[in-house]
Amino acid sequence: MALDDRKSVFTFVGTRPDRPDGLDKVTGRAKFGADAYAPGMLHGAVLRSPHAHARIVKIDTSKAEAHKDVKAVITRADFADVPFRPGLEGEFWNVLENVMAGEKALYDGHAVAAVAATSALAARDALKLIEVEYEVLPHVTDVDKAMASDAPVIREGAADYSVPEGLHPNVVRYHESGHGDVEAGFAEADLVIEDSFVTEATHQGYIEPHACLGMLGNDGKGELWCTTQGHWIAQKTCAALLGIETSQLRVTASEIGGGFGGKTTVFIEPVALALSRKANRPVKIVMTRSEVFRATGPTASASMDVKIGMKKDGTISAAQGVFRLQGGAFPGAPGDMTAMCAFAPYNLTNVKQIGYDVMSNRPKQAAYRAPGAPMGAFAVESVIDELCNKLGLDPVDVRLKNAAHEGTKASYGPTYERIGLVETLEAAKAHPHYSAPLKPGQGRGISCGFWFNHGGETSVSLALSEDGSAQLMVGTPDIGGSRASMALMAAEVLGIPYENIRVTIADTATLGYNDVSHGSRVTYASGLATIKAAKHAVEKLCERAAAKWGIPVEAVKWEDGCAVPSGPNAGDFDPLALSDITADMGRTGGPISGHFEATPEGAGVSFGTHIVDAEVDPETGKTSVTRYTVIQDAGKAIHPTYVEGQFQGGAAQGIGWALNEEYIYGEDGRLQNSIFLDYRIPVASDLPMIDTVIVEVPNPGHPFGVRGVGETGIVPPLAAIANAVSNAAGVRMKQLPMSPPRILAALKSNG
Amino acid sequence: MSKLHVSTTVNGDTVEYLCDPRETLLDCLRDKLNLTGAKEGCGTGDCGACSVTVDGRLVCSCLMLGVEADGKAIETVEGIADGDVLHPLQKKFIEHAALQCGICTPGILVAAKSLLEKNPNPTEEETRYWLAGNLCRCTGYDKIIRAVMETAEELREAS
Amino acid sequence: MVEVHLWSGLRSLTGGLAVVEVEAKTTGELLRALVRAHPQLQAPIDAGVSIAIDGRVIATGLTEPIPEGSEVYLMQRLRGG
Repeated sequence: MALDDRKSVFTFVGTRPDRPDGLDKVTGRAKFGADAYAPGMLHGAVLRSPHAHARIVKIDTSKAEAHKDVKAVITRADFADVPFRPGLEGEFWNVLENVMAGEKALYDGHAVAAVAATSALAARDALKLIEVEYEVLPHVTDVDKAMASDAPVIREGAADYSVPEGLHPNVVRYHESGHGDVEAGFAEADLVIEDSFVTEATHQGYIEPHACLGMLGNDGKGELWCTTQGHWIAQKTCAALLGIETSQLRVTASEIGGGFGGKTTVFIEPVALALSRKANRPVKIVMTRSEVFRATGPTASASMDVKIGMKKDGTISAAQGVFRLQGGAFPGAPGDMTAMCAFAPYNLTNVKQIGYDVMSNRPKQAAYRAPGAPMGAFAVESVIDELCNKLGLDPVDVRLKNAAHEGTKASYGPTYERIGLVETLEAAKAHPHYSAPLKPGQGRGISCGFWFNHGGETSVSLALSEDGSAQLMVGTPDIGGSRASMALMAAEVLGIPYENIRVTIADTATLGYNDVSHGSRVTYASGLATIKAAKHAVEKLCERAAAKWGIPVEAVKWEDGCAVPSGPNAGDFDPLALSDITADMGRTGGPISGHFEATPEGAGVSFGTHIVDAEVDPETGKTSVTRYTVIQDAGKAIHPTYVEGQFQGGAAQGIGWALNEEYIYGEDGRLQNSIFLDYRIPVASDLPMIDTVIVEVPNPGHPFGVRGVGETGIVPPLAAIANAVSNAAGVRMKQLPMSPPRILAALKSNG
Repeated sequence: MSKLHVSTTVNGDTVEYLCDPRETLLDCLRDKLNLTGAKEGCGTGDCGACSVTVDGRLVCSCLMLGVEADGKAIETVEGIADGDVLHPLQKKFIEHAALQCGICTPGILVAAKSLLEKNPNPTEEETRYWLAGNLCRCTGYDKIIRAVMETAEELREAS
Repeated sequence: MVEVHLWSGLRSLTGGLAVVEVEAKTTGELLRALVRAHPQLQAPIDAGVSIAIDGRVIATGLTEPIPEGSEVYLMQRLRGG
């Protein structure tokens, strides 16, 4: 759909104006999830299971209900338990079970009841009055143990069609793909390396905890304010869980304080609405940080076996990977995505990949930036690095030799369109970082990374004002400066200044459906929609000009914000600026707007290459990242500063995942590090400046060539840092995070 | 539990509130004074999103009780700008895109302002260590550090 | 006719076939035709699939045209963060 109007010369796109929400955000007046208040508002709090796996025998809420400050107490019984169109089946059922436990508590932190009271303190106090009788069951939190024959069963019958017979019921999905003959390929290799790798679960670590303010009456009409990456999915899910009609619930997205995939579903939102319905008053719930860690959606943890054969000249002759991912007590761990992305950067004759989705007694995993891809890249790119070391080959040259390009058969099946991996590798090779000398004790690591990117359902509406300014309504919450990018794209089409365009994130009542801000889709899909909506408005502007001039609309074209006759035969008329046309639009045919509602399908896959220098202190095992360069294909950078920001943020999160961050469960199945002091994300003093190179290989599926950039940046860091650390320490690191104790242990076992 | 009366100064204004002795200064700023610029990211003093100054000293307002503010002078992000004139740090943060989601920005601005008041010529390392108590998950800190260092340079040149 | 390439995990549902030939002009027709030819493919299609046409991944759309002679791959439904 985008191929008809490609553009490569730009006026506004590619510039770096101030973001429209900048002033609000530096003065403290921007309203985030927890910043909403309503008259008569109550405060909600959630009671959570202290057990990793337990049958809920009885919940006695009578004492809490009797307390004078308490206005409502709810349990699972207060949610829709009868099928309601579109039906509480599949993922809706899983989300309901996660939002409020049914027969069993499935992980430490699983919600079992909730209260609404007159103050936040009163609500927290009231939780202590709820008596829950548990029958504690055996639990399992490790992926390999959860697959073992003696593992406790989380839920019978959760497996789908794909799981081969004979596997434990905790294995709920299975993926296998590839092509060629890997055994024949391994036989051709001069060197075959096979190794096993482990990554721990990490959390997106957005600084803003989940927060919402819900109002629902017994007339089935409601309002919800929440911090979310997608308010339409929140609307749909909450309506289903509460048994009301989707359109009767109006959801407004607050400013969002980070999401990274973790705010693509609901947790407290249906709870606040159920409490509100019972109390007949607005209810606000704000999670504590500990609740965020224990009971929202961290990543899957992974256990992986990778085997790669290489010839002496660096050609990969065969590659095989088995990726086992644990995603908590529900189906959903992206083992299939790990498998499909793991070898995607390479042009392989023989490749086979297997992914497992395994349940355990942990919180339901949620998406985290390129979900599934970083762990697979860690395993694969570590083995490639080891092969390069053993064969004495340059790691960038080997990747260039095997790099996928246009026409390559992807490891996941189809043939690539125009892609930019080779360009990122060539930029890496030419970058001063790659040839800079290393100091003693330092190591350098390289890794490539791949992510699919996504389009998704998209609605955009653009309305012109009489004074010639424009208001643009998009439905994808702005998680990193996207309002600036949207305004730039609209300015490009309309030909009016960037500053004259006001971009608003519309609520669910004022715009058609929009898929979540995920899959790196916002600049791609809402951007495409913005361009189309602006063109739609331009068509109408041209019609008005044609009518004024008394010439056919085909004889009018739009140039630099003005209607002009399309050629000498069209007539001699002075250009009509946009504001000249809008000034009297009410009397020349009515308001002028542009719309777009569709599902753009052409997101265009994305590749990146990272270069890292790391230094390991042999005394303490502490790693310092001394230099970092991100090189990634953005297709076309609409606002380059925010593209750089995505690259830098992805790298920083990857550094945390590689070096420090992990979910630590005790023998009792309880999360042991549920505050930021113990779950340590990178702080300013941990990091160097993060250099960026934006490669632009236009995506054929977008009018301006955009590829999403949000997710790919977290794919290479795990492996790039592991390679740097391994090269610095002289020992291959196969488990993340590479925390000081693990590095010391590895150094010790290496003698 | 009966509430306690507190009289204090916030951004130069005299304010009063009643608070439960268990409520933090952050709770009081947000819920009683409608100053929601300071954010609660952790409630344990680890993230710095609630940073304010109390009698000129940088503190996490989630670690201080509301009653302890009695008679003190509190400064929050809402008080950084002088009327419609932004503080140079605020301008530089917008110009450098030193924020993405912006939830950490109020705390980082309060902390950075406090740094520049104490040390007008910080090194990159000093800036990074001063801001090590303010978590940002979006930016990788690169543009934040550059914005603070550049503001410091501009302020030095201007004085 | 369209040659539809399946990921290898689906071969157990098609009697070992890695490529299935069906008559289809759009992605929606293609999925219906696949199920007619191999009813067991209903389960993976219900679980969610994407379709790559000449390398362009159609995540969910059922109305995308399939040009004559194009390369078509069935893929697991993509998810993002």
